[in-house]
This record gives sequence, structure tokens and C-alpha cells, in this order.
Amino acid sequence: MMDLFKYTAPEITVLAFALVIVLVDLFSSRKGVLPLLAVVGALIASGFCVMLWGGAGSESFYKMITIDQFGLFFKLLILAAVILVVLASYKYVLKFDKFQGEYYALLLLSSIGLMLLVSSVNLITIYLSLELSSISLYALVSFLKDKQSSEAGLKYLILGAVASAVLLYGMALVFGMTGSTCLTCISDFLKAAPANELLSMPVLLTGLILVIAGFGFKIASVPFQMWVPDVYEGAPTPVTAYLSVASKAAGFAVITRILLTAFGVPTWIHFEWGVIIAVLAALTMTFGNLVAVVQTNIKRLLGYSSIAQAGYLMVGLAAMGMAAQSDAVVRSGLLFFLFSYTLTNLGAFIAIIAISNRINSDMIDDYAGMGKRAPLLALGLTLCLVSLTGLPPTAGLIAKIYIFSGAVNQGLIWLVIIAVINSVISAYYYFKVVKAMWLAEPKSDEKVAASWPEWLALAFCCIVVVIAGVVPGIFIAFAQSAAKIFGA
Amino acid sequence: MNLNLLSWIIFLPVIGLLVIALIPRPGQRTVKWIALAATLASFLVSLAVFLMFDRSAAAVGHMQFEEKVLWIPAVNSFYHLGVDGLSLPLMILMTFLGVVSVLISWKIQLRPQQYFIWILLLETSILGVFLSLDLVLFFLFWELELIPMFFLIIIWGSGRKEYAAYKYLIYTLVGSAFMLAGILSTYFITKTLDITALAGIEIGSSFIPLSALFFLLTIGFAIKLPVFPFHTWLPDAHTNAPTAASVILAGALLKMGGYGMIRLSVSMLPQIAVYFAPVMCTLAVVGVVYGAAVTLRQTDLKRLIAYSSVSHMGYVLLGIFALNQVSLAGASLQMFSHGVITGLLFAMVGLVYDKTHTRDLNNLSGLARQMPVITVVFSIAGLASLGLPGTAGFVAEFITFAGAFSSTVIAGMPVFTLIAVTGVVLTAGYILWMLQRVFYGYPLDKYNGVGDADTVEKISTFAFVVVIMLVGIYPAVLTDIINMGVAPIAKLIGG
Repeated sequence: MMDLFKYTAPEITVLAFALVIVLVDLFSSRKGVLPLLAVVGALIASGFCVMLWGGAGSESFYKMITIDQFGLFFKLLILAAVILVVLASYKYVLKFDKFQGEYYALLLLSSIGLMLLVSSVNLITIYLSLELSSISLYALVSFLKDKQSSEAGLKYLILGAVASAVLLYGMALVFGMTGSTCLTCISDFLKAAPANELLSMPVLLTGLILVIAGFGFKIASVPFQMWVPDVYEGAPTPVTAYLSVASKAAGFAVITRILLTAFGVPTWIHFEWGVIIAVLAALTMTFGNLVAVVQTNIKRLLGYSSIAQAGYLMVGLAAMGMAAQSDAVVRSGLLFFLFSYTLTNLGAFIAIIAISNRINSDMIDDYAGMGKRAPLLALGLTLCLVSLTGLPPTAGLIAKIYIFSGAVNQGLIWLVIIAVINSVISAYYYFKVVKAMWLAEPKSDEKVAASWPEWLALAFCCIVVVIAGVVPGIFIAFAQSAAKIFGA
Repeated sequence: MNLNLLSWIIFLPVIGLLVIALIPRPGQRTVKWIALAATLASFLVSLAVFLMFDRSAAAVGHMQFEEKVLWIPAVNSFYHLGVDGLSLPLMILMTFLGVVSVLISWKIQLRPQQYFIWILLLETSILGVFLSLDLVLFFLFWELELIPMFFLIIIWGSGRKEYAAYKYLIYTLVGSAFMLAGILSTYFITKTLDITALAGIEIGSSFIPLSALFFLLTIGFAIKLPVFPFHTWLPDAHTNAPTAASVILAGALLKMGGYGMIRLSVSMLPQIAVYFAPVMCTLAVVGVVYGAAVTLRQTDLKRLIAYSSVSHMGYVLLGIFALNQVSLAGASLQMFSHGVITGLLFAMVGLVYDKTHTRDLNNLSGLARQMPVITVVFSIAGLASLGLPGTAGFVAEFITFAGAFSSTVIAGMPVFTLIAVTGVVLTAGYILWMLQRVFYGYPLDKYNGVGDADTVEKISTFAFVVVIMLVGIYPAVLTDIINMGVAPIAKLIGG
């Protein structure tokens, strides 16, 4: 029994702090303590994750969830995102007036869902934790309660519900064919079944495709990306930041786990989904990058850019499909890319939160002359955009080299060529922002300053991005040990 | 005894830029002195390496001053530096240009702090390209060069600077995109990222994938060099870049392309290089003649020099793909001497523009009376560019042509060489015509008040002249070293 508490200690901690925040918010008028509680909760939870690190993967709750390094890696990533987003919202929450407690509580609750999601090894828990995180996120997206934000929330809710339905249907089909919802049991069934019998099971493949489609919504892959720009634009910017990294990372984690654990063998089936994902990856990054070029709103621009980044990540996913069972480079490549993307994108969003909140505009034109009005914020944003482009000396370049080298290893050279050409397109619109900040004349001479929590968060992101770009060894080792659970 | 000299050479400018970035509100004077100190230190260390370089026969084919530390274990990538006869002259060239480009920018007024940070970062990245012996490290430095150059053009440039900067960015990124695919394929095929191990490696793969690999790698280098159909970014970038950026661009940055071709395309895939050499030589010859012909028609001084670079880089390409030892040595020397000569030409154009505020040949005339020193130095640079004996230009072109003409590896080389030699005639034409139009002829009244070069300008331009003359009169100072570098490569081809 104690084991159960031990294994879910991070989630329980976060839950406890979420409830404490709601209570404190009720009885205290000092709202400043709320973000502190949220950060402390997330830090303690991270501490538990670190303590659990290194133990052998152990399944608990009747094989519903597992504690392994893969899951812990993502939990740490999600918690880091929570902490950074809370720091970045320090000033932004004033917009929510008296609902600050609910905001932090919902943020923590959604992170519980995501944390359970990345350690789920059963289709049922996967679905439940997905809904747990989504419902908090629906509320968070419409938190500004103005027209745009409400529209975004409604859109996210409706499309999210459709995606959930699709996912559930796919899971039902998989269950119907294999007679089981636990991932390893599905794998056992597929291994035992004779190949010719499996080939005559189009229903199973349909189920698999529907599951991929359901998570395609979460990771914003084409053709399930329609919600991204509107939701990103309408949602409160810190929530957008959170959506673009934590939700996406968890989506990739769970899709990786399902595909590799349940559908990793036999060969034909992982080759099957490998091809599907390779094609989707090519479409996703090309669509994201091409549409991003014409954007004038920076949140929409980063929305499309996050679609494009999902495309690069899917290159890694596709390579896993092509991979023989033991390709470690591919798997750790995906994790390292997610790590780099999370910090880079958060860094970019933190700078945007700081700037936009003070100039009250998300238009790229209004970023003109930021290099003069807020040199350090502009420098931080520039660094993150450089990393998103994949240029040195940042983690973005190493991540791209790493994930693409895995793909080339699996013979996906055509996909890598499409991806590198896409990087060139992306340079155009990322540098459009850079150009506006450093080159255009400022619209006013008023300086733009950020609060210290924003500074702290931005500095953390930038420093890690540069360190991981110059000496990536330790971070890659971290990703490698997390990816070990799928074979050496 | 391992002092990590190469790391010092590469990272001394970074130390300089960190100091510049971290001191609060530095004055313009402080900034430029720090920049000068950093580049000078790097130059002195590189001179030390040059003097300590082992020139004995036993050292042929070996890297010297090697440094090797595991960097990214997952892909077996090392922080691996080394210098040989091929990279040593280019390293010296870059550290030299680093110093003079700081001197050239002595009077910069606009955001001097940022300006020198970018110049120093640019120097670091180019040095890194020449000294890296690991493909990922090489690529990292290759990409690093992009950002400083983009900012130098777009902030401190003139004219259509945004267009030029973006064109530069996109062209380079397209090239490096293919190069990345090529590097990853190389790693996949050979399982190593070590550039020294890749030279002459046995690759058990068939012709078509290897050709694809050759082109993936070579396109990036060809855009950088630039080779004829990919050259259009160059005149725009040059024309609109600030003087120091032009000097580094023409002087060292273009050489990354030629260096990459010799170091990777030719060394790693010699048989494929032999097979495609006629194609590359054709492009080289077209580049030489077309570049020279277009140069004749230019009326903007900077654009004129820029197009002459296209033409002169054709010699380099011809020398490389004639694929024998003499021509490869010629190409390497041509890279060095073009770096110094064209660097000086751009510096002189910058001076003329500073004094007269125009680069339009139609508005310039008879400046020899107002600026005698500039006239003399500009003429020396021009004469070196057209290959006057006694200057570095002559030696380099002579060796290149002699090597290319006598190459037996590639059929038809004498024909290619003969056509390319006409480039020399055209060069004489546009250089002399330009000098005549700018400095001689009737003096114009409106330039009565303009002055000559001041002390700092004299120091930087005379430094160039010394190097040009030194290599011209005693070429063995470099050719001995270069031969050590290209001999093992020529042996791979059998030339």
C-alpha cells in the first residue's frame, strides 16, 4: 500500500498543493502567496521524481500506471514547464482579477493529468488522464473571458471532444481485436498471433490509425492542427505557452509509449505506422512553416511554428517505426528534441508575455525597436528564435542534428531533406521577428521592463538552451537513460 | 607539451566579446581597444603555431596541434581540432583579417559595442570551420557564421541591406541544409564523424548514393565559394555590407567553401570527384569568364570587386577539380592570396567611399591628386589582383594554371585552362580601367577638400601590402606548408 503512495508521490503532492491554493485563495487576500505555493508544490514533486529516478520500472495500481525513467523524464519536463509558466504569469494574472487562485489550481490539476498520462500503460488510464488534463485546459484557455478567449475555449472544447471520441473509438477497436487494454498484453497478443491472421485484420489497423489521429490532435499534427492558431491566439499567453510545450510533450510521450510498447512488434505493424507518421510529419512541418511565413501576430506565428516543430518531432517518431528494435539514437533523439523544444519555446513565450503584457499588443509590427526599448528581453527572445531555427550555439541545432541523424540511420533521408529545407523556410519568419526587434524604429521611446520572476524564468531557459547547445553531453545522457526502457 | 593553442586561437575573440558584452556602458574607445587586443592576441598565437609548425617530411599527412575531447558521446562526436598544411594558411589569413577588420572599423559610430561583438563572433566561427576535425563541430561553426554576418549586413549595411541580408541568410541556409543531410548520411554510411578518418576511407557503397552524397556536401560549399549559378547572393551581400564585413566575407568566408570542397568532397570521395570533375571545371570556367565579363560592366566600385571575386573563385574551383597536386596547391594559395588582395581592395573601396561618399565610378575622377597614398595602395592591390609578378596574385594564379594545364587525371584540362586564362586578360582590363577612372583623369572640383588615409588606415592597409609582397617574392613561406597539406589528398586521386 505504501508503495502506491510512493509511486504517485509527485502527483499527490501537486494535487495537495492545488487544493491548498484553492483554500488559501478563499481565506487570504494576499494573492502573492499563491504562485509561491504553486512553485513550491512543483519543486517538491520534482524532488520526488528525482528520488524515484533510477529505480527499476515498476507497475502499480493493477498495471494501470508504471514508474519508469521514461515517464519520470516527462514528469520533470512537465513540472519544469509548470514552474516556468507560473513564474511567467506573475504579472499576467492581474488580468484575472479575483480568479488567480483558480488559475494556479487549474494549472496544477492539468499537470497532474499530464503526469499520469506519461506513466500510463493501460488504454483506460491513458484515456482518463488525458481527459483530466484536457478539462482543466479547456477552462484555462477561456480564462480571460473576453470574446476571443471564450471562442478559443469553445473551439478547443469541441474539437478536443471530437478528438477524444475518435481516440476512444480507436481504443475500442484495438480492444475488440486484441481482447485487452493493457499495452504489454496487446503486444503479447500481436506477437503470438500468426502473421497471416493479423494481416487479415484491417479493423486493428483502423483502430491504430484512429488512436494516432486522437493523439494527432494533442500534438497538433496535420490534419488535426486546425485548432492551434485560434486557441493559441485567444488563450491567455501563459496558457498558450503551457499548451505548446507540456501538452505537446505529454502527447508525444504517450504516443511513443503506445506505439513502441503495444505495436512495436511484429515488424510489419511498426513499419505500417512508421510510414503513416513519416508522411504526416512531412505534411505537418511543411504546412506549419508555410503558413507561419504570412503571420503578423506573434502568438499565431508561434502557433504555426509549434506545428512545424511537431513535424520535426514526428520525424523522430517515424524513424522509430522504421527502426529495428534496438535503435537508441532515435529514441533519445526524440526526448532530447522535446527537452530542447520545451525550454526554447517556453523562453520565447516568457519574453513575449513580458513584452506583450506591457505594450498590450501581440502584433509583430509593435515589436519594432524592442532591441532599444528592452534590450535584454529582445536578446532572450532572439536567442530562443535562433534555437527554434536550429542555429548554433543553441540546443536547437544539436537537437535537430541528433533527431535527423537517427532518421537518416533508418533510411529516411528523403524526410530529412524535406525537414532541412523546412528549416530554411522557418528561418525567414523567425528572423522577421528578430529584424523587427533590432532594426525597425521603435514606436515609442518608453522602456519595457519585466518583473523579476519573468527575468528568472527567461534567464533559466536561455542559459540552459545555450549550455545544451555547447555541451549537450549530460542532457543527452539524461535522455538516453530515459529512453532505455524501450531496449538498449 | 599541450597548450591547446588552437582552442586559444578560436576562443580568444570570444573572450574579447564576453568582456565587451559584460562591461557596463563601455565607451567606444574601450570597446575597440578590447576588440583589437582580442584579435591581435589570436593573431599572435596563430603566428606562433605557424612558426612551431613541423615542416619535416615525417609530418606530411598528419594533423598537428591536435586537441581531442569527447563532446557528444551519443553520436561519437568529438571536440577535435587540428591544423595541417591546408588549413594553416587559411587560419593565419583569418586571424590577420580579424586584426585589420577591427582597424578598418576604427571610426564606427553606430552601436560600436554590438558591432564588435558580431565581428569577433564571426572570426571565431570562421576559425572554427578551418580548424574543426569533427563533422558536427565543423557544421556547428559553419552555421554559427551566419548570424553575425546577417546582423552586420542588416544593421551596419547600406543600400538594400535588408534584401541583401535575407538573400545571404536563405542562400546559406539552403546550402547548409543539404550539407547537414550530407553529413548525416556520411555518418550513417561510414559510422564516423572524424574528418581525418574520412579522408580516403573505403566506402563500400554503390555509385549513385555516393554521387548523391557528393552533391549534398558540395552544394553547400558551392554556394559559399560561390560557384557560377549559385553566386548571385555575393554581389548583393558585398555591395551592402559594411567595409569590415566585406573584407572578412571576401577574405575568409568564401574560402570556407573551397576549403570544404578539398577537405570533404575531394578527400572523402576522390573517385566521385574525378567523375564529376569535368562538370565542376566547366562551371569554374564559366564562372571565370562570366564573372570577369560582368565585372567589366559594373559602375559601383564595391559591386565591381564583388564580381571580380566570382571570377577569381573560378580559378580556385578549377584548381581544385583539376585534381593534381600542383593545381590543388595553387587553389589553396589562390584562396590565401585572394583573401589578402580582395580584402585590401574592399578596404580601399571603403576608404574611397568614406572620403568621397560615393562608390559610383561615373562620379569619381582624378582622385590621385587628393589621396596619393590611397592611390598607390589601391593600385598595388589592383595589380596584385590581375596577377602582376612580384605579388601573391601572380604566384597563386601561375601555380593554379600550371597545375591545371598539366593535370593528367582529368581529360581535357588544357582546354579548360586555356579558356580560364582569358580571365586574366579580362581582369587586367577591368582593374586598370577602374584605376584609371577613379584615380587618374581630370580631377573634379568637388573633391578638392577630401583627405588621404590617416595613420590607423595606413597601418591596416600597409599590413596587407606587406603580406601580398611577402608571398609574392618568397612564396615558399606558404607553398611548402600547402604542399604538405595537399600531397596526401593528391595521392588519393593518383595525381
